[in-house]
Amino acid sequence: MNMMQKQHSPPLPSTPTNRIRQRRRAKSLEVLPDPSKLNGGNLPVHDQNKYRSMWIRTHSSLWMLGGVILILYLGHLYICAMVVVIQILMASELFHLRRRVHEDKQLPGFWLINWYFFFTAMLYVYGRILSQHLVNTVTSDQFFYRLVNSLIKYHMVICYFLYTAGMVWFILTLKKKMYKYQFGQYAWTHMILIVVFTQSSFTVANIFEGIFWFVLPAFLIATNDVAAYFFGFFFGRTPLIKLSPKKTWEGFIGGSIATVVSAFLLANILGQFQWLTCPRKDLSTGWLNCDPGPLFKPEYYCFPIWLPEWIPWKGVSVLPVQWHALCLGLFASIIAPFGGFFASGLKRAFKIKDFGDSIPGHGGFTDRMDCQMVMAIFAYIYFQSFVLPQTNSVEMILDQIVRNLSFEEQERLYMMLENDPWGLWIVIKLEKNSAGRYDG
Amino acid sequence: MQKDTGSGGTSTSSGPTSRFRRRKSSNEDKSPALVLDLRLSSLMEENVHPEDDKAHGSHLLVNDHNKRAHEDRHLPGFRLLNWHFFFTAMLFVYGRILSQRLVNTVTTDKFLYKLVGRFIKYHMVTCYFLYIAGFMWFILTLKKKMYKYQFGQYAWTHMILIVVFTQSSFTGANIFEGIFWFLLPASLIVINDIAAYIFGFFFGKTPLIKLSPKKTWEGFIGASVTTMISALCGLLLGVAMLLANLLGRFQWLTCPRKDLSTGWLHCDPGPLFKPEYFTLPEWFPGWFPWREISILPVQWHALGLGLFASIIAPFGGFFASGFKRAFKIKDFGDSIPGHGGITDRMDCQMVMAVFAYIYHQSFVIPQSLSIEMIMDQILMNLTYEEQRALYMKLGQIIMERQFGES
Repeated sequence: MNMMQKQHSPPLPSTPTNRIRQRRRAKSLEVLPDPSKLNGGNLPVHDQNKYRSMWIRTHSSLWMLGGVILILYLGHLYICAMVVVIQILMASELFHLRRRVHEDKQLPGFWLINWYFFFTAMLYVYGRILSQHLVNTVTSDQFFYRLVNSLIKYHMVICYFLYTAGMVWFILTLKKKMYKYQFGQYAWTHMILIVVFTQSSFTVANIFEGIFWFVLPAFLIATNDVAAYFFGFFFGRTPLIKLSPKKTWEGFIGGSIATVVSAFLLANILGQFQWLTCPRKDLSTGWLNCDPGPLFKPEYYCFPIWLPEWIPWKGVSVLPVQWHALCLGLFASIIAPFGGFFASGLKRAFKIKDFGDSIPGHGGFTDRMDCQMVMAIFAYIYFQSFVLPQTNSVEMILDQIVRNLSFEEQERLYMMLENDPWGLWIVIKLEKNSAGRYDG
Repeated sequence: MQKDTGSGGTSTSSGPTSRFRRRKSSNEDKSPALVLDLRLSSLMEENVHPEDDKAHGSHLLVNDHNKRAHEDRHLPGFRLLNWHFFFTAMLFVYGRILSQRLVNTVTTDKFLYKLVGRFIKYHMVTCYFLYIAGFMWFILTLKKKMYKYQFGQYAWTHMILIVVFTQSSFTGANIFEGIFWFLLPASLIVINDIAAYIFGFFFGKTPLIKLSPKKTWEGFIGASVTTMISALCGLLLGVAMLLANLLGRFQWLTCPRKDLSTGWLHCDPGPLFKPEYFTLPEWFPGWFPWREISILPVQWHALGLGLFASIIAPFGGFFASGFKRAFKIKDFGDSIPGHGGITDRMDCQMVMAVFAYIYHQSFVIPQSLSIEMIMDQILMNLTYEEQRALYMKLGQIIMERQFGES
């Protein structure tokens, strides 16, 4: 893990790699001075230094915004790669937290087990989500198709055996007098991997359904942070929760309203781009053309007649997806902040200031991603339950056919369906019955 | 289910456990997994407290009791939170596994059918919101100076629920595929234990692993061999694997149950349970009375399960031993006289249940998934238009592939 200098004076994100890695930072805390650095609470204080740091942060956040747009432009696979990188950094921060140097010296190679479980979890989770996409990518080559199909068929077993091997390895490395530490590490590893991989796998699944479903929730969280900060800055009076003494009710409510409104508007803007709204069915990187689906086709609502004449617009066109965006915005403003409270509580419980310090002035990746994680999970579940059209039985059976039958069997099935399926089928069944049934 | 922790004594709880013992004997094939859930989850209230660093007391358990009783008084309703998570997990896991069967049970009543259909559609969201509600509740009940304890409890709750529910849901799924797939792995573990004990008793010399000083290599190897033989031929030894042959002939044990009814089952057991006859080669000695043996194909699968049960499942036991040593407890509980608690008995079974489920899903089901079964599905479940649509799509796929090959 990188041990970068934590700077308490105006933080300078120095190198381009830093900037790209920091792309997921909530832009708010980039743009605005961190209140903890102000002398005396939330009151705006006129100070040369603070405005200078504000300018520097604006500068860097603009750079980050550019980086974000670049990666979005490059496409689904690159975004996924970025998610994976961030995930690795988060996991290493969190693994590092509970490690105690003294015990680690007596257990050489123990940290390897953590990363072994990490890669097993990655194989399992991404294998599940991307299996269909992988199959679609290699349909042309027969050899790869067979290979990929059998890998997918036995995917669960493979991952299970890898996990079991890891568990066996763990048990064989148990050392007397270190049991408690080792079991604690084992449990901590599991919790970290579950938390990190659930949300990142859901993020990746959302990305392949359309970059829109990744950008919108992430942006809403950032907007909520910014808006809550601004409202708190100017109007903040009543504290919100004991865990985070800097948050205020005014900031919370103002941020909520701003988030919901911007969700509505942002969905309209983002929904115009096919690059963002089209799902990607395989692992290619080229251009996407598709019929975006009824969600992204504008519907026109006329204003009621009693509106005064001088208003220039006679009606408004709304993409149906904007109503979904409203729900996402509602969640982002009201429930997602609890992810932040949870992280704050966790830090207080273990008496640490930040989860890491890869990002100067802001702590580590986990500090930036805490609300995003809760939002990613919700976005995925929301999408699967309310947006995605139900997979009908035809798709499911087709899936089974493609996955389980060989080419010859598929063709046989096709021919059986071609002719009168019922008639043929009844004949076959009767033949089987007369050939002698098992009677136990 | 409330354990009275105020009694700062040793880890005893007599009241709830006798209730559980009575429930367990009620012989429904669906409930054992559920009851074991409840019992195992009372681990949440057990004396094991992973965050306890002040282990200087003479009796760790007493310190734990007193300390936690003290903390629990400051946090009323904290236990309630644990049970909230427990029931959310139960709803989620069993809802997923039993949803299809629930639908099949209520097909007669139109209103119920719609209700159940809707419930299944929004199942994931419902469970998610229940979980989030619990999450928010947890955060709102965080109390200053108790953060570490509360977060420790939270993590502990999650770990327990995950361990308990994974294996019990897999067990439940296996049961509905045919009681055989639940009974066989369980019996293999029991045979392995007994055989290891007997072999260790008579021949045990070299210790196996530092974690469990009573286990020996002789016991381990003897038990492995016994388990595999039992699994494969079930001739004279392996009583339970005689079952693999006998069991295969009982429809009650081999038929899958497609709904939640409790009546008798009739089905075509499938190719796995039809005996195949192998004639013995000529070089077998003349006095051997049988000229051919009948083997159910399922016995080869039983062999795979037996291999796992003898070699890898004991590591579940080692894990539990190491865990008990780490937290300096003798047993997880004491509901079973002479054996400790239920978790002590179930530690290997848990590992085996997960493996049995994964094995079944990966190797048994695809084998039986043939053209016949898919045609059955197509003809039973799809309307005529959907069949036509399937036909078109399949044709497209085949043509694309042929085009790609040429």
